[in-house]
Amino acid sequence: MSDISYKVIVGLEIHVQLCTKTKMFCSCALGFGEEANSRVCPVCLGMPGSLPVMNGQAVEYSMLAAMALNCEVAPFTKWDRKSYYYPDLPKNYQISQYDLPLGSNGYIEIPLGNGQTKRIRIIRAHLEEDAGKNLHTAGNYSQVDLNRAGTPLLEIVTEPDINSAEEVRALAVELQRIMRYLGVSEGDMQKGHMRFEPNINLAITRPDGEFKTPIVEVKNLNSFRALERSVAYEIERQLDEFLETGRTLEMGNKSTRGWNDDDQVTVLQREKEEAHDYRYFPDPDLVPVTTTPEGLQQIRAQLCELPLLRQRRYVAEYGLSDYDAGVLTAERSTADFFEQTVTAGGDPKRICNLLTQVGLKLANERGGDLPSLGIEPGAVADLAKMTDAGTISATAASTILEAMVETGKAPDILADELNLVQKSDAGELEGIVDQILAENPQVVEQIKSGDKKSKKAMGFLLGQVMQRTKGQANPKVVSEILARKFN
Amino acid sequence: MCTSFGATTCGSRILENFCAPYDATAIRKLLDADAVLIGKTNMDEFAMGSSTENSGLKQTVNPWAPDRVPGGSSGGSAAAVAARLCPVSLGSDTGGSIRQPASFCGVVGLKPTYGRVSRYGLVAYGSSLDQIGPFGRTVADAALMMNVIAGHDPSDSTSVDETVAPVPDYLAGIDEPVEGLRLGVVSAFNAGSEASVQVALNVAIDVYRQAGAEIVEIDLPHFDYAIAAYYVIATAEASSNLARYDGVHYGHRTANPADYIQVYSRSREEALGQEVKRRIMLGTYALSSGYCDAYYLKALKVRNLIRSDLVRAFEQCDAIVMPVAPTTAFKIGEKTDDPLQMYLSDIYTISANLAGIPGISVPCGLDEDHLPIGLQVLAPAFSEAKLLRIARMFEAATDWHRKKPALVE
Ligand SMILES: [Zn+2]
Repeated sequence: MSDISYKVIVGLEIHVQLCTKTKMFCSCALGFGEEANSRVCPVCLGMPGSLPVMNGQAVEYSMLAAMALNCEVAPFTKWDRKSYYYPDLPKNYQISQYDLPLGSNGYIEIPLGNGQTKRIRIIRAHLEEDAGKNLHTAGNYSQVDLNRAGTPLLEIVTEPDINSAEEVRALAVELQRIMRYLGVSEGDMQKGHMRFEPNINLAITRPDGEFKTPIVEVKNLNSFRALERSVAYEIERQLDEFLETGRTLEMGNKSTRGWNDDDQVTVLQREKEEAHDYRYFPDPDLVPVTTTPEGLQQIRAQLCELPLLRQRRYVAEYGLSDYDAGVLTAERSTADFFEQTVTAGGDPKRICNLLTQVGLKLANERGGDLPSLGIEPGAVADLAKMTDAGTISATAASTILEAMVETGKAPDILADELNLVQKSDAGELEGIVDQILAENPQVVEQIKSGDKKSKKAMGFLLGQVMQRTKGQANPKVVSEILARKFN
Repeated sequence: MCTSFGATTCGSRILENFCAPYDATAIRKLLDADAVLIGKTNMDEFAMGSSTENSGLKQTVNPWAPDRVPGGSSGGSAAAVAARLCPVSLGSDTGGSIRQPASFCGVVGLKPTYGRVSRYGLVAYGSSLDQIGPFGRTVADAALMMNVIAGHDPSDSTSVDETVAPVPDYLAGIDEPVEGLRLGVVSAFNAGSEASVQVALNVAIDVYRQAGAEIVEIDLPHFDYAIAAYYVIATAEASSNLARYDGVHYGHRTANPADYIQVYSRSREEALGQEVKRRIMLGTYALSSGYCDAYYLKALKVRNLIRSDLVRAFEQCDAIVMPVAPTTAFKIGEKTDDPLQMYLSDIYTISANLAGIPGISVPCGLDEDHLPIGLQVLAPAFSEAKLLRIARMFEAATDWHRKKPALVE
């Protein structure tokens, strides 16, 4: 094994469900989990005589996504019919885009976890309609649910620039983050909003030469975990198979495998890639899509700062850690809320801690995002400012933030109500300090004698003051007074 | 054409019991205009044919001679008007399916410009060629129908925006002759027709000349390639359009299939007719990888050439006259064994579909067997109003439109 090395080569095909109000070519609402065949009409049922009408919003969303993926966006594109027979495809052709995809030649930057990024090239991004679902229930027949038929899907195809299972996952996560940022997809994995199909093989180097293993396409993965694990599994499996059989890549020996989540293995589905002839031709029921430079400009104007750039900016501008910046930029709503709070005043790091440690935890518990907590960025900024000013302790700030979410009251009012305002009045505190000093003469002596333990003794005195004030004394002020006493 | 009442069969056994849950836009517009729909008529299965003999369900005869075909594919609609079962009817024209049966049955039939009448609810044959149009006894009947059915439909992306091509009142001024009419003819065309058709056309040209028209000789150099291009494009589109009739979602399904592949293959084998299968095969072949460039894409190029031929011709003339079909109604069974011969019935009509322009058939004579002959007039896109006036000029000067089959005398 020591004289063998290999490189993992992965290309990824991703289907992203767009969050338009209606389906791609009819006015049926998009849905999930409704009664079978309840969100259908003559068009998405493929009834005789029905005609598709393009959903302009889906095209705009796709163009926006293509721009975010640094693609060239075609000013002229069209719809093509892709023919194949399958029961979940009512017309027995899928309306897709063949030779003129809406986006092409783009790239996506993915974070590698160490603050570094990697560029993965994107071959194309095109729009198409989804199929329905075949339900294999009991009995010797299947049923078809066409609720999903006609749902707009953006298909994104990358170059095989991905070189590990971790990178595949990073790309998928980053893509989800981008789609959500743009507001073009909910990216809800549970609802199948993102489906992945990696193409995997290995380039093996051995003293007797270089070899490539046959390409395997793993179908229909709909979780990050399944995606990462299936690729990791394939790497092992292909290496073992190569060592055992010596099989290498040839024309036509690409195979298709499925992911078995129970056993955590890929399972062979089709040995040889079928010679599919989809008989593409332009759909005569639809007119080509032409976009003017002004139209494209209008769409481009909707582009926001992308998450990875934002994450990097938070590190550079606010001095946050890469990890914290990642948490804040995972959702656009979080990042927006964070920035609004920073604009309203307060230390960014303090705000980051409040939002990531308390805000997001509460939002998660409630199954919503930060803004859904109903608190104003200005109020959070006030809270941060109070903490920085020493009016309240950092611990108290967390307590107050929780109370703000529950009661909707302002932070200063809550600090009062909850008795969390720190005593910073030097005069008042000095009296207490004097009391404590008087009660602990031996400790005072210890410190005065310059004992090695004097630091610990000072801590003891501070603790006594805090205890006496039920934790409300501002430790900073108390420390200053104590220091003064012993000077 | 889909109707929310009765069955919508398209003359096919695969849709024998299919009831559409909605009305075609043209039907909806007629109902909104208080039209009384009294029935649906027979046709060649999925509009594939020129004689209505390809219907999988019924036989239609020509009211002028019961041993003759009514033409096709909208033969039932033409025959119904000719037999005075109804004053007007609708048909669809992909390669001549309104004009040719109108000619065979001695009635007026208009194929509008592609995009003028919504195709929503018209069961597709060749989507880029199909167009709904009216049959009537007179040109005014056709104009009246156009006033109801023409116009933009948001449900049909290929229906044309009325701000680009406004919909006029087709009846207004229909009796006004077109001043300074220039009428294009292609002398060479006439030679391909039966003698009676040639004579009728020459007489018709004289009628126009006497009405003050200038007759202009024009050239349509790519006309000979029209049939070949048409049968590639129409069948390619049809092979895809008809893929949905698979026995899975609606329509005929084979009994006891072993697997889902058999649901497809047997259902289609059992319920689709010969001609439909032939055209699906042709179209599938034309779109297959490796052949697409040589057939389908080549045919699209020919289509463009034919379109530009016509655009150029219309720089010299307002309209073009030519026969509708090389023959009058032929005998039932005469051409059923020879599909190529049958395809040639469309030779004069398919160019209008390939170019998307409007064309009309008006009665212009009877042959020695007392069978009607039709005169075809073609005009530039969206000039139906003028086309109807030009047709009306001929009608006003002749009384062929008053001739009736003996059946209804
Ligand atoms: Zn629908």
